[in-house]
Amino acid sequence: MNFETTIGLEVHIEMKTKSKAFSPAPVQYGSEPNTNTNVLDWGYPGVLPEVNQGALEYGMRAALALNCQITKDIHFDRKNYFYPDNPKAYQITQAQTPIGREGYLEVELEDGSTKKIGIEEMHVEEDAGKNTHDPDGYSYVDLNRQGTPLIEIVSKPDIASADEAYAYLKKLRQVIQFTGVSDVKMEEGSMRVDVNISVRPIGSEQYGTKTEMKNLNSFEHVRSGLKFEEKRQENVIRAGGSIQQETRRFDVNTGETVLMRVKEGKSDYRYFPEPDLPPIHISDDWIKEVQDSIPEMPEDRRQRYVEQWGVTEYDANVLTQTMEMSDFFEATVAAGADPKLAANWLMGEVSAYMNDKKQELAELALTPEHLAQMIGLIQDETISSKIAKKVFKQIVANDTDPKAWVEEKGMVQLSDPAVLQPIIDEVLDNNEKSIEDFKNGKDRAVGFLVGNIMKQTRGKANPKVVNQLLMASLKER
Amino acid sequence: MAITADEVKHVAQLAKLEFTADELQMFAGQMDDIITMVQQLSEVDTTGVPVTSTVAEAKNVMRKDVAVPGTDREELMKNVPQKDRGLIKVPAIIDESEEA
Repeated sequence: MNFETTIGLEVHIEMKTKSKAFSPAPVQYGSEPNTNTNVLDWGYPGVLPEVNQGALEYGMRAALALNCQITKDIHFDRKNYFYPDNPKAYQITQAQTPIGREGYLEVELEDGSTKKIGIEEMHVEEDAGKNTHDPDGYSYVDLNRQGTPLIEIVSKPDIASADEAYAYLKKLRQVIQFTGVSDVKMEEGSMRVDVNISVRPIGSEQYGTKTEMKNLNSFEHVRSGLKFEEKRQENVIRAGGSIQQETRRFDVNTGETVLMRVKEGKSDYRYFPEPDLPPIHISDDWIKEVQDSIPEMPEDRRQRYVEQWGVTEYDANVLTQTMEMSDFFEATVAAGADPKLAANWLMGEVSAYMNDKKQELAELALTPEHLAQMIGLIQDETISSKIAKKVFKQIVANDTDPKAWVEEKGMVQLSDPAVLQPIIDEVLDNNEKSIEDFKNGKDRAVGFLVGNIMKQTRGKANPKVVNQLLMASLKER
Repeated sequence: MAITADEVKHVAQLAKLEFTADELQMFAGQMDDIITMVQQLSEVDTTGVPVTSTVAEAKNVMRKDVAVPGTDREELMKNVPQKDRGLIKVPAIIDESEEA
């Protein structure tokens, strides 16, 4: 029996507004517990929330970037539930009038093809506080996060494999990051993923029963969890069993999914329109204004790199995967670097260093100015590409001015024939055998001689000049 | 439309309230009266009338995205029965079935 898989994703993304969605307390990650809160976040009686226009506009911006239709007349709803991370006992959300509907993302798959994945709806809501469970039998609540504006993006069940889900998430993160509405950092919880998955025999009209996994905290976990779950469901059905609707948890250590709880009927959240927040009408002019405020998207940047700077299509694609990289690249070019060389360094040495040290671009001491300066030193032949690797090691980890450092360490490349010729003569005098070998057609002798000259100059000789001078000298002998 | 004691019990559970069987029966009767009265509204023909989500006249009431520093934590913590290291201490709740 062969199966087809259906996956739906619900993604929550925290927006980086200055203040919360319905209270003016600051939105800030990593503050002392319960210091960015006020009586609204604590759910005190008699308080009146007010919609943060910035949060709503960020939501519109994301919706437009995800090709959604904007809902012109919206209101907010209360979703009622009791939990200590939510003192109001309800979450303000958009159950009936999501700000965006019927969008899509064009996703690039690993085989190079693209697929359109539909977005059912996208709405603005508020985050809850943070609960930490302790083995001492208590939970500890920090309400700093309470009220942080979120967007929830609900995909259509268009995703047919774990790899497609992975590609969708990568694309979603990229698009949202470039809109500027969120840093989309999974490790800080500013992007959280819930998945549901079902399988059915190929040709079957009805979807299979789906299972859920909540709050997966890396794209890799999403992919591994879905792959495991797909196989598990297929095996259950092949063995004659049936899937029950349940919530499962992905165990990072075993790579398996384990049952958390069986879902009994639909949750009873008793939604109703939020009476404290008057409805909002979104005019065409307002939509246009928000549309115009959307920064340049990755595709546009890519095209610019190719057309204006002669960067290859492939390189431009890699450079625009994250906004950090793209911004760094542009700043390096703005600081005077040749775009192609800047691209090579960023995708080569810089990326290798980041992988090796498990560091983000922002964590490096490297600045676009220093990288540009170093590239300039290579181009004007002040330093050899071999020396450049040493210079790079220095500037990537330290705030060092490359030009001053190269001069201080005496690493400036020797290109002056008046300095190099005597060294070449001396090496030739000491290696009569190699000269003979060369005359007998053994080209390897040249390499040996160059190596010796390099050793004499401690690697600083300009290889191009050395080659020219050496060949001329050999002919004279 | 007859409200049953079971329905009252369900709603009470959602609200984390507990009642005796007699109370459930009493509330069922009272709620049924209320629902029956409100039910009269359905006699009005509302064809073509949009769903009412608010009864206030106000529209597009919003504030600018400007942060106001949080309220002093010590002040807010005055109403907290149990606290620890700036956190609100509550009995552990491991049932996540109601998490957003």
